[in-house]
Amino acid sequence: MTCRDVTLGYEHKVVAEHLSFTVEAGDYLCIVGENGSGKSTLMKTLLHLQPPLAGEIQLGEGLERSQLGYLPQQTEVQRDFPASVGEIVRSGCLNRCGLRPFYRAEERALAQKHMERMGIAHLARRCYRELSGGQQQRVLLARALCATQKLLLLDEPVTGLDPKATQEMYQLVSALNREEGITVVMISHDIAAAVRDASHILHMGEHRALFFGTRAEYLACDLWTGRRERGGAV
Amino acid sequence: MTWLNTLLDYLHYPFVRYALVVGVLIALCSSLLGVTLVLKRFSFLGDGLSHVAFGAMCVAGAVGVSDEMMFTLPVTILCAVVLLSGGNRLRLKGDAAIAMMSVSALALGYLILNVCSTSANVAGDVCTTLFGSTSILTLTQGEVWLCVGLSVLVIALFVLFYHKIFAITFDETFATATGMRVRVYNLILAVVIAVIIVLAMNLVGSLLISALVIFPALSAMRLFGSFRGVMVCAAAVSVCCAVAGLVISILAGTPVGPTIVAADLAVFALCALVGRLRGVRA
Repeated sequence: MTCRDVTLGYEHKVVAEHLSFTVEAGDYLCIVGENGSGKSTLMKTLLHLQPPLAGEIQLGEGLERSQLGYLPQQTEVQRDFPASVGEIVRSGCLNRCGLRPFYRAEERALAQKHMERMGIAHLARRCYRELSGGQQQRVLLARALCATQKLLLLDEPVTGLDPKATQEMYQLVSALNREEGITVVMISHDIAAAVRDASHILHMGEHRALFFGTRAEYLACDLWTGRRERGGAV
Repeated sequence: MTWLNTLLDYLHYPFVRYALVVGVLIALCSSLLGVTLVLKRFSFLGDGLSHVAFGAMCVAGAVGVSDEMMFTLPVTILCAVVLLSGGNRLRLKGDAAIAMMSVSALALGYLILNVCSTSANVAGDVCTTLFGSTSILTLTQGEVWLCVGLSVLVIALFVLFYHKIFAITFDETFATATGMRVRVYNLILAVVIAVIIVLAMNLVGSLLISALVIFPALSAMRLFGSFRGVMVCAAAVSVCCAVAGLVISILAGTPVGPTIVAADLAVFALCALVGRLRGVRA
């Protein structure tokens, strides 16, 4: 996936300009930056939920729009939604269905496989709203995996989780990246964790990208060293 | 068993049979859609659209359109489409838009009815349209067939798009991001809702449609934790309440719409109690 000189924003307001970066297959890109720096807008644009104001976003060969997996931030509606875990995970397979109204056996099997991978297969018949925050996130991650085999986009996946669940979430995501070769693009507040797991970092500042490069380059650049000198705050 | 005999006597009249058939179908359709509406935080859409339909009906009566439904249906569909799939810009102010449309349609409808009506009993007409006190008992055979046809269409669409409806209800963003044509499905949903509301006006009248849409869904959500469970339970609750309400109103001579709603309310109270006892989080 390539972004060339992309300008992000809404109708009248430019959020960020001149973004250029490339994500190769198998990369783990972490997008960090302050609130309001346009991380979520970038994500929406990558997902084609809104068009870029300028520039272009290209999906690489063999990657189609309907093959993206997305883990959104949870909405208020979802927290008390009466649905079983199985129903939610299976809904990730819908992009394979097209106009066909029902699931095939292979799609049910796929959903089952991903539930097992996420360690939530025993919860399949439980109601989503009764689960803990960490379990809910794993349900949504399993759904995203049903929708993709290649590229996973995560929008602040650890928001609202306790430290243990946060660690488990990070481990799951890195394992998916390392073992299954799934490309990961993740938005995060947590720079320390991003630096630990990611292969590439995109640091967004006000209206522009401050840094894009590999993890090693980031560790050597001012943003990281300066941050450490100032005691952690960026 | 005198009441049973009375009931069997009544069932010999075609208008009672029509009322039962139409009542069950409308209850079924509105409960299915109700689950989606309640979960999408659009509970008041039913109320708003029913007032729009009331306004349209008044206009149709004043202009002298022979078949009121042919005028009411398109107008209501249009409003539903504007409200439900008018894009995010409009949806941010969803509740205000619904309230505005609902109140103005109600007011204008009554105004037009008052100014143009040829009937001597305007207040009686309004009461009938709003509370549907007798209209379900005065259905013609043609209306019953129209209702059957549209209900079958609604149920068929619902079964075919069941999983898609689940996806856009649970998470519209994810559905869009993974390439589903969410706008198309929202459009279908809006049309179906409008059809059901125009149909339901015959049964319970404009004011009580909300109850028919909301109560079964809320009752079912107290008891079940899966989408399919809620759907099935809502449909069952709704049909049972409609039949019970109709039978009671025939036997006791109470107005049909309010009786059905009272039955819905009673079942909701029961479900809430059972849900509380079983510890399912509301």
